[in-house]
Amino acid sequence: MNLNLLIIFPLLTCLILLFVKDNKTIKSIALGGAVLQLIFSILLFVQYRIQIAHSSSKMIFESNTTWFSTLNINYHIGVDGISVAMILLTAFVVLAGVLVSWKVEKMTKEFFFLLTLLSAGAYGFFISLDLFSMFFFLEVAVIPKYLLIGIWGSGKKEYSANKLALMLMGGSALVLVGILGLYYYSSSKVYGFDLMSLSTQMIPLDKQLIYFPFLFVGFGVFTAIFPFHTWVPDGHSSAPTAASMFLAGISMKLGGYGCLRVATFIMPEAAHYYSPYIVILSTIAILYGAFATMMQKDLKYMNAYSSVSHCGFVLLGIGMLTPASINGAVLQMISHGLMTALFFAAIGMIYERAHTRNVNELGGLLKVMPFIGTIFILAGLCSLGLPGLSGFVAEMTVFIGSWARPEKLYRIATILSCASIVVTAVYILRATGSTLMGPIKNNSFSSLSDAKWNENFASVLLLAGILILGMAPFVVNDLIAPATNNIMLNILRISNGI
Amino acid sequence: MTEALNYIFLLRSEVMLILIMVVLLIMKVADNGKSNGFWVGAINSMLIVNCIVGWLPLQEGILFGGVYKSFALGTFGKNILNSGVLLISLVSTQWLRNCRHVVEFYLLLLSSLLGMFFMISSGNLLLFYLALELSTIPIAALANFSFEERRSSEAAMKLILSSAFASSILLMGISFLYGAGGTINFEILTVIMNNSPLMIMGFVLIFVGIIFKLSVVPFHLWTADVYEGSPIPVTIFLSVISKGAMVFVFAFLLYHVFGALSNSWYFLLYYLSMITMLTGNIFALRQNNLKRLLAFSSITQVGYILVGISGSSVEGLSSAVYFVIVYLFSNIAAFGVIAQVANKSGSEDIFALRGLAKSNPFLAWTMAIALFSLAGIPPTAGFFGKIFLLKAGAGKGDIFLIVFASLNMIVALAYYLRIIKAMFMEDSETELPKISTGLSFQVAAYICLAGIILTGFSGWLLTYIGELGLGL
Repeated sequence: MNLNLLIIFPLLTCLILLFVKDNKTIKSIALGGAVLQLIFSILLFVQYRIQIAHSSSKMIFESNTTWFSTLNINYHIGVDGISVAMILLTAFVVLAGVLVSWKVEKMTKEFFFLLTLLSAGAYGFFISLDLFSMFFFLEVAVIPKYLLIGIWGSGKKEYSANKLALMLMGGSALVLVGILGLYYYSSSKVYGFDLMSLSTQMIPLDKQLIYFPFLFVGFGVFTAIFPFHTWVPDGHSSAPTAASMFLAGISMKLGGYGCLRVATFIMPEAAHYYSPYIVILSTIAILYGAFATMMQKDLKYMNAYSSVSHCGFVLLGIGMLTPASINGAVLQMISHGLMTALFFAAIGMIYERAHTRNVNELGGLLKVMPFIGTIFILAGLCSLGLPGLSGFVAEMTVFIGSWARPEKLYRIATILSCASIVVTAVYILRATGSTLMGPIKNNSFSSLSDAKWNENFASVLLLAGILILGMAPFVVNDLIAPATNNIMLNILRISNGI
Repeated sequence: MTEALNYIFLLRSEVMLILIMVVLLIMKVADNGKSNGFWVGAINSMLIVNCIVGWLPLQEGILFGGVYKSFALGTFGKNILNSGVLLISLVSTQWLRNCRHVVEFYLLLLSSLLGMFFMISSGNLLLFYLALELSTIPIAALANFSFEERRSSEAAMKLILSSAFASSILLMGISFLYGAGGTINFEILTVIMNNSPLMIMGFVLIFVGIIFKLSVVPFHLWTADVYEGSPIPVTIFLSVISKGAMVFVFAFLLYHVFGALSNSWYFLLYYLSMITMLTGNIFALRQNNLKRLLAFSSITQVGYILVGISGSSVEGLSSAVYFVIVYLFSNIAAFGVIAQVANKSGSEDIFALRGLAKSNPFLAWTMAIALFSLAGIPPTAGFFGKIFLLKAGAGKGDIFLIVFASLNMIVALAYYLRIIKAMFMEDSETELPKISTGLSFQVAAYICLAGIILTGFSGWLLTYIGELGLGL
């Protein structure tokens, strides 16, 4: 399988979009591109399962091309289980995102162009095995978000777009320092950005201690590490629906993936050293996010703050450094990606019809739009971790992994994070209750219509992902387990003294 | 005879410029009321020929007993500058058509360029100084080319005074070096360079003279006023061509002639680059005039170039030259759009760009891509340029400089985003009419856009520059 196709498909779609004028055609082309991506990702998944069965190498479908020969920068790509899972997630969210933005009329061409470009950046990031190209794709994904929020957003969109772009650029500036630092310690003779060769080297501990925070916090900004989470609520709530889905579903995962794949994988000794700090910060994010959500009236703000809380579990899992917890972190990334995308889609559909997202003004919507209401409830239940849905599997795995660390600090962190689920239940149930149940608050609501075909399709797609992960977690678990094992081997090398 | 031909061939970049100037003069004398359009067309075609001749197979050699040297990287630099001048000419065709003395404009522009060529090729301090003067004085006259505007004369006055000041410092440095070493030849100076106080003194004064022209903080004060007052083609020329030529010379002098003093100049570059980036950024944040904004942003860019140059010679030089190319495309595109809008709306303020995405999508996207490139955002070439500069700087192992520089990239993004915001997210009260840009502008804009997008991915370009080496 040629992994480059993952980038070529979206870019080709972008290129075709440039030359199309008619709005309807533009949408169809964007949709076609997204479907193609999903088909290719599923093929990749199947092929990967076949290949991995009789292959012992860590990365599959590798290819390595020289890019800047004098600087020893290569375009090195390849996938393992985690990347395949992330690529699948991206494909699901992209298709759903294109579907829910069927009604965009303002600058349609630019909208779908940016949306598709964003997905190209995400795919590129997940398949990169060279820190340079990884960083390149990470930054490719920033500016489309700025424009998507700033041009098509709502509310204080310009402020939010600015805040998001500057904070994410700040994160990537830290990442840049980190990878430049690693470059010069990659080995005694040959400098390079190659992820795999960097991971096998013993980088001196004093250097690790300097560069690990740059990389972890830098990527952490993308995944809303406390106290750099402030772009999340503003950015998510001002963005148009599809952009919110992309932000929460894909973009925040870039950060988690980077924390795991780059920071922790390359510098495990430093990860051990900084593990208590990571755990403390992520516990704060989990609790703070949960309590902040309770105070929100705006549905989008609610989901954004709960994203901070849920992404805290990703970082908690990584910070705990046990096999189960890291597995859980990856599962949580996928679960959260699907779940928030679905949630934002449902909120977007409600907003589009009722023209308000304020919990107090909404009410009784389940009667007028049963489908959207059901989607909303399911996403909410997934968010609070109901067994049978993906949230339960992911969070449970994180907790099991965390409990394996007997130290006092880790125990306290685990217990506190578990307790946050209660808070989650409170805000989710309250939101569902007041928006969907009860009498119809506003007479104009009674004439609202239910979901259209595109919205149905998008919701079912994401829901299918959630159900698969929830009912048959082994499908994903088998996929990511070998990959997380590889990362674990690196992490354990310190205790084995290799 | 063959020897004379050989001379001409080695000097071909300079000879071509002189030829064009002579032809222009003769044509002007025989002028019988030809329109500006004719002149611009004629000159553009001559500049195209000039660009093509520049890329003919290269020959290296020394002329006039080491006073003039032709070397691979120098010729490459000259070709870049040639293409830059052609692009400037194409971008500002509209302005030139309405210009009252178009031939004189080009004569001055080309003689300044000629000075830069000689400066790049100079083999001793005397030619270096003469060429530097030749490159500066015509620009002062050019800055005054908006005859009706007061601030244009003000710009010219400021430029000539501050240049004279810088030149006198430089001249003093040259005499110090001559006093200490007894020679003005670069090759001999390279060998005898040492840490004696007189040598250091001479070095520092020459260093100051050059960074004055590069508008490195604290010698940047002339930049914004001159950029703002000059007509836009001159502003582009100042910010792109003049700076580019200076960077070539600066890198050559530091790595080669002053190579023995690398500890001293690393120290200087380390601090100067930091204050340059910071000052440029902080002042740019508050500007509403686009020319002033880009003037301060160009100060910041020079700060990044200094970071790159502070690295080891091979990497520093190739990344700096690479960045100059990237910067040339991006800046010409950005200024070109400003010129088009200013021509129509009569304002060079950021507010004049409001709603540009709706009224003139092509201009808006060109501007946006150019600005993203200046801000260093992928997939534009500016990203690669910035990273390579920082990487070259990081090679020295000082992490603080790199942290500082990368954090400055965020500040820079803030003011570039202001322009993007004005173009894409704000509506103006007075809708800007559709601007008919003209063919030559479009050609130039497409070349710049292609340059911005493709330069970044072309690994061979960086390799090629690296292989050119420092030359003789």
